[in-house]
Amino acid sequence: MDFVSLFGDSIQQAIGPTAIVYALAAIGLNIQFGYTGLLNFGQAAFMAVGGYTMAAFVSTWGLSFWLGIVAGLGLTAVLALLLGIPTLRLRADYLAIVTIAAAEIVRQVVGSVSLKDWFGGQDGLQEFSDTFRSYNPFSDRIEVGTLVAWSANDAWVMLVGWTLVLLCCLMTWLLVRSPWGRVLKSIREDEDAVRSLGKNVYSYKMQSLMLGGMFGALAGFCVALRSAAINPSMFATDVTFFAYTVLLIGGAARVLGPVVGSIIFWFLITFLDLFFSQATNPSSGPLIPPSIMTETQASLMRFIFLGLALMLLMIFRPQGIFGDRKELAIDAR
Amino acid sequence: MHVRLLRVSVLVPLLLGVFFALLVSTSGGAQASPAGTSVAPAAVEEPECVKPKERDDDTIHVQGCLRDKRGGGDKPVPGVTITVEDDQGKVVGTGETDETGLFDIPLPGSTIDVLGKTFTIKIDTKTLPEGTALQDPKQVSLKQKINLETDVFVTFPIDDKPEVESDLERALDLAVGGIVFSLCLAMAALGLSMIFGTTGLTNFAHGELITFGAIVAFWVDQWPGDITIGGLNITFVVAMVIGFVASGAFGWLNDKALWAPLRRRGTGLIAMMIVSIGLSIFLRNVYQYAAGANNRNYSQYGNAAPINWGWFTFTSRDVFVVVISVAVLGATVLALSRTRMGKATRAVADNPALSASSGIDVERVINVVWIGGAALAGLSGILLGLTQGFNYQLGFKVLLLVFAAVTLGGLGTIWGSIIGAFVIGIFIEVSTLFIPAELKYVGALVILILVLLVRPQGILGRRERIG
Repeated sequence: MDFVSLFGDSIQQAIGPTAIVYALAAIGLNIQFGYTGLLNFGQAAFMAVGGYTMAAFVSTWGLSFWLGIVAGLGLTAVLALLLGIPTLRLRADYLAIVTIAAAEIVRQVVGSVSLKDWFGGQDGLQEFSDTFRSYNPFSDRIEVGTLVAWSANDAWVMLVGWTLVLLCCLMTWLLVRSPWGRVLKSIREDEDAVRSLGKNVYSYKMQSLMLGGMFGALAGFCVALRSAAINPSMFATDVTFFAYTVLLIGGAARVLGPVVGSIIFWFLITFLDLFFSQATNPSSGPLIPPSIMTETQASLMRFIFLGLALMLLMIFRPQGIFGDRKELAIDAR
Repeated sequence: MHVRLLRVSVLVPLLLGVFFALLVSTSGGAQASPAGTSVAPAAVEEPECVKPKERDDDTIHVQGCLRDKRGGGDKPVPGVTITVEDDQGKVVGTGETDETGLFDIPLPGSTIDVLGKTFTIKIDTKTLPEGTALQDPKQVSLKQKINLETDVFVTFPIDDKPEVESDLERALDLAVGGIVFSLCLAMAALGLSMIFGTTGLTNFAHGELITFGAIVAFWVDQWPGDITIGGLNITFVVAMVIGFVASGAFGWLNDKALWAPLRRRGTGLIAMMIVSIGLSIFLRNVYQYAAGANNRNYSQYGNAAPINWGWFTFTSRDVFVVVISVAVLGATVLALSRTRMGKATRAVADNPALSASSGIDVERVINVVWIGGAALAGLSGILLGLTQGFNYQLGFKVLLLVFAAVTLGGLGTIWGSIIGAFVIGIFIEVSTLFIPAELKYVGALVILILVLLVRPQGILGRRERIG
């Protein structure tokens, strides 16, 4: 068992581009679920709409990258509006079902053969990240000690990504301290009370859904730019569920919860993955005999643990690591 | 790549209902039959189409073989006119297929002139022999970009001239496939709806209950030897019954080990919903761990021959699925409306506190509902697996449709979920008349959102507190 590479690679993932993507997605969910109590199970749809709009603008229609970014943010806001109109007046589980359905609709539409000319079908789109990469100040690999190293592109994505994460956190912090944020929290606690104070609950929920969706679009940009490619499998239903796990580990309704959650989540997931793949590696005399676990089965262990962790977390510590139980009255009426 | 293949291999059997599969094979489209179809050896007496040798000159040719491979044969299709047009639509070359089915059209100019340009190769369908047509009627022209300095080889699959099937007949055929799918969906939806009605839980792990039935039945099906009664092979029937019972037991375990303790702790409904997501991820990966990621088919009813009956075409497998599911659905609905337990179930669904105070053991009712709901879901998985094949993701893939059916019919209503399942199931199949088959699930989900917009309580839901 090579513990140096085990920890090194886990740390690399924990602060690498993937963690940024999930931190951004979870910041969006934090606004919607943590502060407003909206169950958006379709964050993957918002990520996909953001990422695909940007990619298609540049690679399909040959327009400017910056225009693509703006349009991506705009279209996710429109998507939130479309999903919110039928569901935000209904009980919480309706929004959950409609958003998860929307995520599947978006994923199948962008992956369809009928729209291959626009979105590239299952192969997705490439060649849209030149503008982004042309600003890259790094020209070499970035190495920290002997433990971790990133390519110049990853380093650039990380610099921009973590800056974005910090800005989003700052924005969340300012927003939830404002009167606007206090209305959101009171909607989470008691919708009728807020309504009786003369606030338009529907409109506040809509704003929260749109804002959270736009954070999701930022995550979508990151996921596309870090690999310089985009395809439908990046936006599977599980992506949203992972983002929820990230949020719940760190603690919902805490400004830094998603960030800490994402770092811990990706450290643990990578650690488990590498641990079991090393433990079953036939070349180094496997710790676990193949009759019990093959290498293919080893790659499933992290998801089995993830599922268990999500259940146990929700049962025994729904407030996560930093959350405040009083802040989190997650309950359906 | 691996992930994508997996997804395709999962989606395709789901997408292709039995009848739909038959239709697709005549209309082209993205077909990748999961079952290994055996190809009959090619007829030897027909002249072979030989791809011409590379030439030394500096031109590029468009070549191709027009072969009729219907019924496993391989006959040339001679005398068909092929034209090549450039990107402005100007004809730059024509040719005709020879007795081996070969055509060979040189492009004007040298390699450098044509490299990077796009040409359109058109087939004149009027010159095709009587009774034949292109496999995909829309594919009369192919766009081809010249990227390499080699000749371009194209194919036009030939097939039977599509029988001029009226839209009504096609719709009827699709509707049969839709009904078979709807019945499977209805059992899963009824199970979900019963559990939701009595406990309020939106169970995201319901899909894994569906898969559980299919996996247990498959495991029994794989036991060595056939189980026969009086010469009749009933291996699958035995596997189905064991899978059904095991699913009920699994539902009991789910409730006793997880959900009942959570209810006692007073865990909120949204928290429980997230727990069910965790359970879904956990179980799905355990299934893959235990059963692998391969697509599975049961040992029986694999290649059921189609039966023509008036306007309808169906297979013995469809009859089997319909009979079993109608019987089970009917028994469930009768039990819910006539028996003491059924009445108690509806009372708990209506108002748990009031039913508890009138002497109903609410926990026991909920436990029975879990057993029944999971058994229904398991049976639905077994029958879905029978019609389409399955793997560890079967339930996860249909879960959204089950949700759509339940929401459409009205959350928590008994008849509503069955009606919702029929609307969704039949819509999915019949909508392929108007929209590409790959988008049929999308159509169903869009319908769900539209119905919520105008009638949030669902088709049969009562207009009470839904907000």
